[in-house]
Amino acid sequence: MSTRLFGEPVRRREDRRLLTGRGRYVDDLGPDALAAAFVRSPHARARIRDIDVSAALDVEGLVAVYTWEDLPERVGRPLPLLIPHPALTHGRTAYPLARDVVRHVGEPVVMVVAADRYLAEDACALIHVDYEPLKPVVGLEEAAHGARLVHDDVPGNVGARLLQEVPGRDGRSAREAIEEAPHTLAFRLDIERSASMPLEGRGVHARWDGTDLRVHSSTQTSTSVRMAVAAALGLPLPHVEVIAPDVGGGFGVKIVHPWPEEILVPWAAMTLGREVKWTEDRREHFVSSAHERAQVQYVRVGFDDDGRVLGLDVTILHDHGAYTPYGIIVPIITSTQLLGPYKIGAYRVEFSSIYTNTVQVTPYRGAGRPQGVFCMERTMDKIARHLGKDRTEVRRANFIEPDEFPYDQGMIFQDGRPLVYDSGDYPRMLAMLKELIGWDAFERRPGRGIGVGCYVEGTGVGPYEGGHVQVTSDGRVHVSTGLTSQGQGHETVFAQIAASELGVPIERISVVTGDTRRFGYAVGTFASRAAVMSGNAIALACRKVRAKALRIAADALEADPADLEITDGTVHVVGTPSASIPLATVAVLANPLRYAFDEEAARATQFAGASAPDRPPVAEGDEPGLEGRDYYSPIRSTFAAGMHAAIVETDPLTAEVRVVRYAVIHDCGRLVNPMIVEGQIHGGVAQGVGGALYERMVYDGDGQLLNASFMDFLMPYATEIPRIETGHLETPSPLNPLGVKGAGEAGVIPVSAVIASAVEDAEGFPVDRMPISPSELFDLRRRHATG
Amino acid sequence: MKPPPFTYHAPRDLDEALDLLAEVDGKVLAGGQSLIPLLNMRLAAPAHVVDVNRLPGLSGIEAGPEGVTVGALARQAEVARAGVHPLLGQALRLVAHPVIRNRGTVVGSLVHADPAAELPAVLAVLGGSVRLARRAPGGTGVRQVAADAFFAGPLESAAEPGELAVSAFFPALPPRSGSAFEEVARRHGDYALLAGVCAVVTLDEDLHVAAARVACVGVGPVPVVADVSEVCGRRPAATVPWEAVTEAVRRAVEPEDDIHASAAYRLHLVGVLAERALREAAARAAAPP
Repeated sequence: MSTRLFGEPVRRREDRRLLTGRGRYVDDLGPDALAAAFVRSPHARARIRDIDVSAALDVEGLVAVYTWEDLPERVGRPLPLLIPHPALTHGRTAYPLARDVVRHVGEPVVMVVAADRYLAEDACALIHVDYEPLKPVVGLEEAAHGARLVHDDVPGNVGARLLQEVPGRDGRSAREAIEEAPHTLAFRLDIERSASMPLEGRGVHARWDGTDLRVHSSTQTSTSVRMAVAAALGLPLPHVEVIAPDVGGGFGVKIVHPWPEEILVPWAAMTLGREVKWTEDRREHFVSSAHERAQVQYVRVGFDDDGRVLGLDVTILHDHGAYTPYGIIVPIITSTQLLGPYKIGAYRVEFSSIYTNTVQVTPYRGAGRPQGVFCMERTMDKIARHLGKDRTEVRRANFIEPDEFPYDQGMIFQDGRPLVYDSGDYPRMLAMLKELIGWDAFERRPGRGIGVGCYVEGTGVGPYEGGHVQVTSDGRVHVSTGLTSQGQGHETVFAQIAASELGVPIERISVVTGDTRRFGYAVGTFASRAAVMSGNAIALACRKVRAKALRIAADALEADPADLEITDGTVHVVGTPSASIPLATVAVLANPLRYAFDEEAARATQFAGASAPDRPPVAEGDEPGLEGRDYYSPIRSTFAAGMHAAIVETDPLTAEVRVVRYAVIHDCGRLVNPMIVEGQIHGGVAQGVGGALYERMVYDGDGQLLNASFMDFLMPYATEIPRIETGHLETPSPLNPLGVKGAGEAGVIPVSAVIASAVEDAEGFPVDRMPISPSELFDLRRRHATG
Repeated sequence: MKPPPFTYHAPRDLDEALDLLAEVDGKVLAGGQSLIPLLNMRLAAPAHVVDVNRLPGLSGIEAGPEGVTVGALARQAEVARAGVHPLLGQALRLVAHPVIRNRGTVVGSLVHADPAAELPAVLAVLGGSVRLARRAPGGTGVRQVAADAFFAGPLESAAEPGELAVSAFFPALPPRSGSAFEEVARRHGDYALLAGVCAVVTLDEDLHVAAARVACVGVGPVPVVADVSEVCGRRPAATVPWEAVTEAVRRAVEPEDDIHASAAYRLHLVGVLAERALREAAARAAAPP
């Protein structure tokens, strides 16, 4: 078969395993391990007066009970604040187990280890924690008011405040530009909380053999969990292994590390000398992992008669929940990616990151972009409505033109580097979208509307990722990268890249990800970076291997390396197929230690050149074996883009919203596998529909999460997701060897904006708050009917 | 999400089951689609669980001219496939998902008495009944409880400790009758039900509405039955004063706010769904399939 697989819709190699129940997740490991369970705070804000564990001690099968006071100093420290930022003046993280106070419902207070999870939960139920409940801080505006504090030493509940200003070309500030603009609008937007909600929650299994610690974690970054565990437990790094086995979805929540359980479970395994496992249940995931999305945005915009934005001033209240372990990445992304495909005159954005007594906020697929895009796209729609113009025309008037790349937005992006777009063709993309959805021919009528939304997404953030490629003497190719997988199709895509680079059939290629035993240096899977970062690193490693293979084969074939190519796993002289040597044989030749273990090794001896007695068998600068390792480290992010359109129907009586059509034009540079990219888009759009129409975290005034189950948190089913029509545009990235851009988060980003745009079109009144339920649409109709 | 300790019993016949239920304070396990989640979330902590799945003779679905008798172990999917009652079929399409219907029982859903569940409304609008058996001195005591007495409150049925619901009876539709079930759930087949209405309409020989009843779901502590025959007023369906009908239904219900919808929306919705269900039922009564 062909080995030119780059760009082909190769079927996902992991699906047979994952779809037939043969995946191996953390909970499938360690069947004899002790089980951990946690007593978690039922209060949103309380002081812990006393913890009485005595009743639990009678539970048969109980092994250990730990409170914060039982933890050694290193283990009991506050969890690290992973990404500090000068604007994050009051960053706060939790203790692994609560120390004296709890700040949200679900915060872990006591750890129980027992023979199995049933007994561990029985023991948890018998532990009495004496709380002094305090009135919690719930709701962004109440929190920003600062009457009560989440952290006593954080005035006004403000963890961070960051102002970024980009003056116009004439030097005017955004506020000046707005003052002098022919038209101005001011409005407020609200976005609710949602969450990653992977079907597999978090999970940790740890085994200590007296010398070495092996940890399996359902994580998006095994290498960093390894460093965190080694640091907390005071172990030398080579004595800690962390493996991410099959992971049932991450969507951002599993990039946070170390979770308290990732420290506590290995520590308990070491302390007890027994295998210990903790599998998060759904209720725990709702109240003790992380959420995202909630923001209130105050927007002022000034524009000219054509709808060109002259000045934009956005003030954001960002709900950070109780802690900031992941810094202020989310509001920074909102602030910067809000600009989308547009060049606006002058821009001022200021966010305040506010603590509340709720679950902490860390990135969820899209990571602040859906909020930013909601803001900008609602703004575009309002400008169009104000001027009586077509909504796509206003967008077109503001686009960065294809000849303006690289385009510098004049800001600092999440990676601390300039926000410079590398490539794109936004006018063409919009034209493709209008054609696909039939924008100009759309027949508008009450209860039927069309909407549009555009975004640009910085993908493939650094600092680096690596790849290791080894050809063994059986001709098989073993690819490894430290970056993890959560079902995206990395095994397939990385194998396609290796097959294309090396000229080896994909069946002979295996891929291992996220196993620190195979690759030690990595960053992780997030920010739509796997294909860009590990994909390019693997390609570079393959090129090293290919060069070495050609050099060795050239020697054996007495040919010039420049005359050689590799196809179907065989090196041959271009135009002379008979002059060839299998890659398997080249691998044998690459190792001067050539015991004839097998036929390949025996056969290879015929190619062995006479060894030169005056030179070492492994030449200086060379290495035995046919393998290569390389890293890819980008100068800055590469910017993918997409535009979505939807047609919705709203029921005049029940106020249900039905998405009739959903169209996507997507540009992630060169496509490695269009089928996998489309799958990523479909999944993203599905999560976006969830955020637009279904999902929210309902906290009451006491800080209780009222819908902490899949019964009441309405993640959409397949029955709620429309068929998704996609078209691809490929503007290769000039920044990396493969010309690729990230695609993982893309689908989710503009969906709330698109649905709001379409519902607004169908109903004739503004939709400024998402998600929108039938009940809320009904209320909006009443309000607008009565004026 | 693991249940607290309980003693598990698996009686082999009805006598043994009734003996057990008379002796211990036990929860009956049939399909388990409500009980098991309640146990796992530790919202229920019975000392004993009595699994009735091995009892012989309780899986029957018997259709006669008077109606359908559904045994305690008849699964929702089996009842739907049997095609023995149009309204049961219309309701079961809206109940949860195939995997749940494969295990969940019709009688179990009635006993669970969830005010947002479809099957209690079906029993209520049809005026059906539930047979309850218990250990009595010298034998088995059986009583039949009519739907209007069976649903006592949210998650509360007339079945008492020691009693086992052995079957439910769904009366057949009279001649020239049609039925329909209309609901709005946030997700198909889901708990997050905003409101539902099932209707039965009977026409006279002139195809005028002779009788019209609805049962409303999710807008009160139990299924709310409203007889709107008089408001419909012996007219052809096309000339029924639908606004008056929906008003009558709205007056009968008392919806509440919850995290999924406001009471005002539910009140509006129940009228919309009542009209839709009644019109559909009347159309079916006029043109039987």
